Amino acid sequence: MTQTNTPHRGLAFYLLAAFFGLFVVFLYGPMLMIFILSFQGPTGGLTFPMHGVSFHWFGDLWSSSRYGDLGGAFRRSLVLGGLSLVITAVVCLFAGLAFRHRFWGAGPIFYLAIVSLVVPGILLGLGISQLFQLLGIQLSWWLSGLGAHLSWTLPFGLLIMFAVLNRFDGSWEEAARDAGASAWQVLSYVTVPILFPGLIAVALFGFTLSYDEMPRSLLTVGGNNTLPIEISNMTTNVTTPALYAIGTVTSAVSFLVIAAAFVAIAIVQKRRARAQKG
Amino acid sequence: MSGRSSPSGRPLAPYLQVAPLAFIMLTMVGIPLVTVVMLSFWEFDGIAVYPAFTWANYAEVLSSPVTLTLFLATLKYAFLTLLATTLIGFTCSYFLVFHVRNLKVQIGLFLLCTIPFWTSNVIRMVSWIPFLGREGLFNSMLIKAGLIEQPLDILLYSDFAVVLTYIHLFTLFMIVPIFNSMAKINPNLIEAARDAGATPAQILWNVIIPLSKTGIALGSIFVVTLVMGDFFVVRVMSGGQSASVVSAMKNNIDQLYYPVASAMAVLLVTVVLLMVTAILRVVDIRAELAR
Repeated sequence: MTQTNTPHRGLAFYLLAAFFGLFVVFLYGPMLMIFILSFQGPTGGLTFPMHGVSFHWFGDLWSSSRYGDLGGAFRRSLVLGGLSLVITAVVCLFAGLAFRHRFWGAGPIFYLAIVSLVVPGILLGLGISQLFQLLGIQLSWWLSGLGAHLSWTLPFGLLIMFAVLNRFDGSWEEAARDAGASAWQVLSYVTVPILFPGLIAVALFGFTLSYDEMPRSLLTVGGNNTLPIEISNMTTNVTTPALYAIGTVTSAVSFLVIAAAFVAIAIVQKRRARAQKG
Repeated sequence: MSGRSSPSGRPLAPYLQVAPLAFIMLTMVGIPLVTVVMLSFWEFDGIAVYPAFTWANYAEVLSSPVTLTLFLATLKYAFLTLLATTLIGFTCSYFLVFHVRNLKVQIGLFLLCTIPFWTSNVIRMVSWIPFLGREGLFNSMLIKAGLIEQPLDILLYSDFAVVLTYIHLFTLFMIVPIFNSMAKINPNLIEAARDAGATPAQILWNVIIPLSKTGIALGSIFVVTLVMGDFFVVRVMSGGQSASVVSAMKNNIDQLYYPVASAMAVLLVTVVLLMVTAILRVVDIRAELAR
């Protein structure tokens, strides 16, 4: 991968590095700006300059009734994210294992998952909500909403599971079976422990994709909104830094979850490296 | 997926293992999509929907002069975003793969590009408002620098803002697949080209770009489908002045015109699938992925 053979860095390197640096600024700069502006003083507006530094707009989020049911939406989004995390990890683990074999219907299921990624989210939301209404089932965030989220998280989880299993050596399982392990023992003592870092990645996608999902949720959650829906309503109604404050809060949750996943993977890999050394 | 013997020794195991995924995909993707197609053929009298076959919804959508305008506007957004994200994605991946020598640094910088994927798109869109607004940072910088006297109005709530936001949101969908394709290029090929007297430009054009085609194609599919499926960015960042197919569809849904919205959706998905097929014609992604 690192095949630049010349010992010194050419002009091209510095130009490309500058371009890449600019891209990173482009990627993170605006976000950083709203994090700073969310600490705007009580008299401050949506743009710089800062009128003092305060937690005013964070307090405003929870005390004011102008922003709808933010607390409830936040709670629902966390629960949905948690459910998606567990379901995505478990369902994708088993589906990934199944796809190592030839079985009837493998093609259609795979293409259905890809279609789910490609189709506009709002269209799928329309389909799910209309289907529920035709069947006479009431729309709710924990059933139709959860289903809509899974239609988004499962295909990603499946693709990652494919990549993870690509590097997985099936002979470990065979050795365990030859040693007399039952199917359940093979799974819990061999397959899952070896695949664990990959499963953390699948779980990370399961949580974050659900936690931030908006277009598919819009028509499927029924009367109780999730946090991204509340925030997207705020983008057109709220003209105070409270909008940035909720952005900072929800991004902080995302970054915490990402960091937790990375740390967990790093710990597992460090342990393995130590175990291998003896 | 190779056909190894099943873990439990029974041919039934894969079916049990895939059953939960198959069930959720059928109930939450397959049947809902069929519902939308069905709905697009049902009669609608402005108040309620009746299960009787009609072409009226398609006739209404296709005869409206607005439809063509909407599709052209959506294709314009898709094309501009695709152009920019391909150039940026290719350049960044090229830098990471061929110019960053330390593998750890390379992976670290790659993750830096992908982390925003796990955060909220709505917030990432909102974060452009303090930068682009009339009193935003960009305008005040330009005024301070003496380049302009009046703040520019076209920065926020314009097509420019819409495309800029798309580029900001979707470039990582280009970087990841292109990076993957490039990382698989055998260094010996480049060595061989150099030994044969190829200039750096020739190596780029005749070796690296052809071998990155799969990544570019995959990224293009992501970017095109994401842009063409969006209604929210175009609505907020254009300040309600521009529309795309899906944002018009969303208006129909808000007015409970479900059959018309469904007909538009079916048309849009047809166009998107045609574009995806065209991209797949250029590159055989399935064969390339199996490499």
